Amino acid sequence: MSKQFWITDHPISIEEVVKLVSRREAGAINTFIGTVREFTYGKRTLHLEYQAYRPMAEKKLEQLGQEIEERWPDTKTAIAHRIGRLEIEDIAVVIAVSTPHRADSYDASRYAIERIKEIVPIWKKENWEDGEAWIGDQKEQKAYPEGSPKKEDMK
Amino acid sequence: MNRILFFAGLQEKVGQESLELDVTGKTVSEVKEYIGKQFQLDRLNEAMTAVNEEYADNQQKIGEGDVIAFIPPVSGG
Repeated sequence: MSKQFWITDHPISIEEVVKLVSRREAGAINTFIGTVREFTYGKRTLHLEYQAYRPMAEKKLEQLGQEIEERWPDTKTAIAHRIGRLEIEDIAVVIAVSTPHRADSYDASRYAIERIKEIVPIWKKENWEDGEAWIGDQKEQKAYPEGSPKKEDMK
Repeated sequence: MNRILFFAGLQEKVGQESLELDVTGKTVSEVKEYIGKQFQLDRLNEAMTAVNEEYADNQQKIGEGDVIAFIPPVSGG
């Protein structure tokens, strides 16, 4: 059995991820592709660097797949996330979800990307024109206002 | 003996990816306090902690051989 959830330092093949969820029972396959953007609120990115706690990240992606199965029965999910140096327009993440009916595939796909930003130990370092910084805030909001993560974030 | 892992900004501040240290019997919050002082990591509190690749709360006790990882706020995707 090939892996459904993995971290890689090579370019991701969208087709490969989609193939992993393709099946006769599916009426829809939703594919989300996360790419490296050049401008963020006027600030210019030159390139990005992703780092992962690899074994844990793969475990957490798998857990995420199980969560999706529980919420949307008869769903099949595959996720690949790239690490290392990425250039503008490169693909950082590919999420493919297949479901019998299309509505669930949209919902599950959205859920997957939001959860990645909450629980999967992957970090992004922005290399801007005028400096660099690790982007460390859950869902790109403020980092833990109470000084430590909430209990429900740690599931 | 335990292995302690650092990532992202914490890794850069500490200057290494990991270190070997015996913290068996201590709680996660005690380990955080000790490491925070040792390496002057004033934002270590913002990091989650994983013990053996599972998120752990501050009260969890470290066992012999446990691998502890400090997980700064993540930003995958």
